[in-house]
Amino acid sequence: MLAVGVVPTALLAQAGDQEFLAALAALSEASFLDKEAIVERLVATGHASTRPTLTAFLEDRLFVRQQDQQVFVVKSTDDTLEAFELVDPLSLEDAGSAPPTDLTKIGTNNRLRRFLRVTVARFALSNPSPVVRLDAVKEMMRTLDEGTISLLQQRVGVETDPGVKGEIETGLALGALDGGDPTSRVAAIAMLAHRLRPEVRNRLAAMLERSADGRFVESDEEVRRAAADAVRRIDRSRIFYSGIETLFFGLSLGSVLVLAATGLAITFGVMGVINMAHGELMMLGAYTTYVVQLAMPNHIGASILAAIPAAFVVAGLAGVVLERTIIRFLYSRPLETLLATFGVSLVLQQLVRSIFSANNRAVETPAWMSGTLQLNEALSITLNRLYIVFFTLIVFAILLMVLKRTRLGLNIRAVSQNRAMAQAMGIRSEWVDAMTFGLGSGIAGVAGVALSQLTNVGPNLGQAYIIDSFMVVVFGGVGNLWGTLIGGMSLGIVNKLLEPYAGAVLGKILVLVVLILFIQRRPRGLFPQAGRAAESQ
Amino acid sequence: MTASSSVRTLLRSDTGGALFLALLAGVAIVVPLLNLVVPPSSPLHVSTFVLTLIGKYMCYAMLALAVDLIWGYCGILSLGHAAFFSLGGYAMGMYLMRQIGPRGVYGNPILPDFMVFLNWTELPWFWLGFNHFWFATVMMVLVPATMAVAFGWLAFRSRVTGVYLSIMTQALTYALMLAFFRNDMGFGGNNGFTDFKDILGFDLQQDATRVVLVVATAVALATSFLASRLIVASRAGRVIRAIRDAESRTRFLGYRVESYKLWVFVFSAVIAGIAGALYVPQVGIINPSEFAPINSIEVVIWVAVGGRGTLYGAAAGAALVSYAKTFFTGALPEMWLYALGAIFVFVTLFLPRGLIGLLPTSIRAR
Repeated sequence: MLAVGVVPTALLAQAGDQEFLAALAALSEASFLDKEAIVERLVATGHASTRPTLTAFLEDRLFVRQQDQQVFVVKSTDDTLEAFELVDPLSLEDAGSAPPTDLTKIGTNNRLRRFLRVTVARFALSNPSPVVRLDAVKEMMRTLDEGTISLLQQRVGVETDPGVKGEIETGLALGALDGGDPTSRVAAIAMLAHRLRPEVRNRLAAMLERSADGRFVESDEEVRRAAADAVRRIDRSRIFYSGIETLFFGLSLGSVLVLAATGLAITFGVMGVINMAHGELMMLGAYTTYVVQLAMPNHIGASILAAIPAAFVVAGLAGVVLERTIIRFLYSRPLETLLATFGVSLVLQQLVRSIFSANNRAVETPAWMSGTLQLNEALSITLNRLYIVFFTLIVFAILLMVLKRTRLGLNIRAVSQNRAMAQAMGIRSEWVDAMTFGLGSGIAGVAGVALSQLTNVGPNLGQAYIIDSFMVVVFGGVGNLWGTLIGGMSLGIVNKLLEPYAGAVLGKILVLVVLILFIQRRPRGLFPQAGRAAESQ
Repeated sequence: MTASSSVRTLLRSDTGGALFLALLAGVAIVVPLLNLVVPPSSPLHVSTFVLTLIGKYMCYAMLALAVDLIWGYCGILSLGHAAFFSLGGYAMGMYLMRQIGPRGVYGNPILPDFMVFLNWTELPWFWLGFNHFWFATVMMVLVPATMAVAFGWLAFRSRVTGVYLSIMTQALTYALMLAFFRNDMGFGGNNGFTDFKDILGFDLQQDATRVVLVVATAVALATSFLASRLIVASRAGRVIRAIRDAESRTRFLGYRVESYKLWVFVFSAVIAGIAGALYVPQVGIINPSEFAPINSIEVVIWVAVGGRGTLYGAAAGAALVSYAKTFFTGALPEMWLYALGAIFVFVTLFLPRGLIGLLPTSIRAR
């Protein structure tokens, strides 16, 4: 190896090229057995083009041009193509094209293909990237035989990446099930019991089956018992992880509900205003996201972050205007705010229809929000749902901070508890009303940003959520933010738990019925307000 | 004492109501004549389209009346009354579906088309009996009433009031809408029922049948109005108004608030159910979107615009707003939602008594 370093590189490359070409040229005429030897010769050259060439060979894309007996790799062997595009195997550069009739395929048989597969996999197994190595192992596990197993055995000692090593061990254990003494098979089963891949479970379950004449496929009782235990164990873990997945889906649905209901918990819960335009304020937030994306088309990733404050301001201002022009005249008639704000919601819907048309608008999901987080074979989590759960918690925490730790929050709580006394203490209750309503509306706008990532942005976006939002607030207990959080999350989880048994629609109906019955038992929700504030409502 | 004299007593204090009944009687007599007797060439001719539209508005008026009875007089704001309306409508729809018989697309003498389409082989148990008109009529009353009893008994007994009750009624109609959207419920899924042929053997496309339906609706509206008037003018009516104004005080005076609320709620649901049953043969279709919560809110809006706590005001509001909707969606579809939204805001802010509040006090009911 040291001696190689002394030879000038250009010369070395040339020598390698020649050897490679020579081996390749021999391939077209050779018998299947000879081809194996030639493949080994090719590998021995260590030429950089060996792997792509062998991969092409394996995929039946290695051809000989009849006129000059030169070997070419073909990009695609699609029947519909009039001419195959050729690639020079040595330089891997395009080499024109030729009609299929001018080319002869270099054939393979089963044995040769198996040999090639192992050879190609060996290349992949020594690839520096663990991702490529992992894929190679997974590919090999699909077609386990002596060749691949011995390759894995060679590799298991060298492998450093724990993920790849684990997969290799799984593969070896699967291989060990087939032969050998019962002890080693039991040991392999014990190892496989901790693996969640469906292939492993299927393979173990197959060992428990009876053949047509009523005898067990697996003759050794000890092994059978171990396999049965392992299948049970795998099933248990899969059920556990699917439970976690359901829980997560529930949490993410619950987060959407909480997000939609938090603003309402302020306007409806704290102020007692039935704001039927709440959904339309969310819709304004979603459209703000759309407009912000239009304004910065080259920074989709950042546009979502910029849309959050923008949506808060737009919806919040709309809320303040709504409060100052309409709602403040109706504080003595709370049920009638429903009518007036319903009118406002119709106007807002028509407004976006006039400006943006009645069609849904596409809001792009930034790259950093798409994709999934694969925790193990049985559990994967979509990133955008995960972000929405966190986002909800952050919004909720900020809102709590505002209410408990700021001057504005103090004023809001004072006015909602005892308006006359708050006024006597010098609080401008009218101004506080406007700010409170603006805060609740602003949060609706922020919820709209999140919704724009989950559903279509259209004029009817708000209507879909208004009933659910009211349900969450009433279920949690009016005037109690924690109730809204817990109420929304538990409704989301119950919904998702029911879904597998009852289906999505029936599940939702059941939740509504349970909710109606629940309110009969506890008319003031999960966490009723205590004290004087409760009496006045 | 004859019936007419008792009606006179009832309306003595309600000039507006008397005017309303007179107007209704006038419409019920004149419009059919203008449709059937006056030739189509005459400018006075009322087309069947307009006739059906008037029948539709009368059904809406009945529904508004039902909401006004509980909201205006008892303070129960129901955001789910369209549910009772639709249940009545579905009962009528089931009768009309059974009347189609072998004339359906698939020609099955027993099963409606959508069941054949779903590969059902026999009629579900809850469809039995709907081939008889009397049975369907009983169900039009019984189904909404049962639903109202179940819901009201639970809600009023646990003293769910105000906003909470409104939101629960909304949840009720929303849940029913979702349920009726399901194909395996056996109510035609999201297509509902349509393509009706005849009622009691009379072709629904015939002008004469339409006229009879409109007159029947007018009679039903007048009867519901008088019955509601009877209730609110009675001793029980005074208790009901007392509950609206001071529920706890009424309870402490020894009245069983729950029972009063429940019965007025059930009665209102029955009116709504009958209105729905009369609505379906006239518009020729019933589907789950009738349950949509927004429909129930619209009913409340009619009552508010007309003027609540007067009964005839609610009926007038229903007709007026519906007419405005028909007119605007035809003439200025873009402007309709702006106009409707502005009307709601304006009426709530400046006309808390509704349009009736503009009338001189001598006409208004006490």
